[in-house]
Amino acid sequence: MTRDELSAAIVEEIGNIAPEADLTSVPDDADLREALDLDSMDIFNLVVALSQRFGIDIPDADAAHLVTLGGGADYLAQRLGTPPGASRRERPGAA
Amino acid sequence: MGTFTMPSLGADMEAGTLVEWLKHAGDVVHRGDIVAVVETHKGAIEVEIFEDGTIAELLVPEGEKVPVGTPLARIAGTGEAPPEPAEPAVTPPAKAAPTPAVEPKEMAAPPVAGRASPAARRLAAEHGVDLSGIAGSGPDRAIVRADVEKALAQPQARRRTGLDLEQMRLAIAAAMARAKREIPHYYLTHSFDASASVKTVEDYNAARAPENRILLGALLVKAVALAMREFPEFNGFYEAGRFSPSKAIHVGVAIAIRGGGLAAPAIHDTDQLTAGELMAKLRDLIARVRRGGLRSSELADATVTVSSLGERGVESLLPIIYPPQVAIVGFGAVGQRPWVVDGQVVARSVLTATLAADHRVSDGHNGALLLRRIEDLLQGAETLL
Repeated sequence: MTRDELSAAIVEEIGNIAPEADLTSVPDDADLREALDLDSMDIFNLVVALSQRFGIDIPDADAAHLVTLGGGADYLAQRLGTPPGASRRERPGAA
Repeated sequence: MGTFTMPSLGADMEAGTLVEWLKHAGDVVHRGDIVAVVETHKGAIEVEIFEDGTIAELLVPEGEKVPVGTPLARIAGTGEAPPEPAEPAVTPPAKAAPTPAVEPKEMAAPPVAGRASPAARRLAAEHGVDLSGIAGSGPDRAIVRADVEKALAQPQARRRTGLDLEQMRLAIAAAMARAKREIPHYYLTHSFDASASVKTVEDYNAARAPENRILLGALLVKAVALAMREFPEFNGFYEAGRFSPSKAIHVGVAIAIRGGGLAAPAIHDTDQLTAGELMAKLRDLIARVRRGGLRSSELADATVTVSSLGERGVESLLPIIYPPQVAIVGFGAVGQRPWVVDGQVVARSVLTATLAADHRVSDGHNGALLLRRIEDLLQGAETLL
């Protein structure tokens, strides 16, 4: 999976948890808790949803990576073995 | 012959709209069965019955708005012939009735998203439809877009999801104004080192899959519930000039709704649940507060309330009692603060608990003992699991 696909997966799961949240204008590095008014229960549910979707354990200590879209995509890429930044524009040479 | 009436789902409710009958004349009903859906400012609420019998007659058609206390249906008792004339038997108020049995499947399985296609999830999210209520027709019974479209075509799928935030605001205003007008509140605040509780949660979670973990909030609610066993003057209702303590401990949990609004549904017999069960209940309640689908007993039954600000909150809160209850416990956000341990200043996870209580029923001395007891329970947090 590319980083963009992972990012889209996170967006989709947040949409399930907070259907009323508007994700279209959330920057990659924005704290989702601040930007979308997500609380600790929402982040808990996000960790559950992503761990089940990708079949990986996400330790509590790693949940901090998931509070931004960019951090979450990077974290999932690393955990799933996707080359880091496979489609990141700011890293020329990585396609 | 009994009468099933429009219940009062909180001190702030005056009327409700009967949107759907789930049982009809001739149906056998048991205590705890959901017989009707009522639309209130808290969204569509599933209303339970508190007696066994047979529905003899429905008295109010779907779509009609009626005041609290209006007879909705006549119930023939077990072994009773249905067509007898109605006696003026009064259905006991919801909060006085024993708690109906909780559906076991809710206890066992936290609500997690079932298998559904991305398109189905998107469409369901757009319309606020709960996927768990939809039968899947895709591979491995996965829910596909067509299933969601079908569900959307049925009016009730939409009807059950809506929360009228404007109405909810009016209801909060009415309840809180009444509380401030009638209840002589007193407030107590107590800060303590919550490192032990934080560590207990970390240890508990380390060995568990994400869906089986807990948040600190579950322990806070459990601690308050256990403390209520020893401090009954904070657990019950003040009505008609007198206080009635409640034997059962149903902690109401204040749940914020994004975009504004608040509900505080009850977790039944909170003191008897393990932390894991309590966490599953909290997840389920929060999901249902936000999408609709609360039950009548959950809205009327709370005997005391907990309001916890969570990790993004501020240091403390001074909450307002939800009438006819007589106490509410608030928890601020846990924060790293300087703390003196053995004469040294060290950084510790500090939590501030507050109590707002009804001075007609209790005094500050016992209130302080209650907050101390809550601290003690959280210091030995492994006993709360």
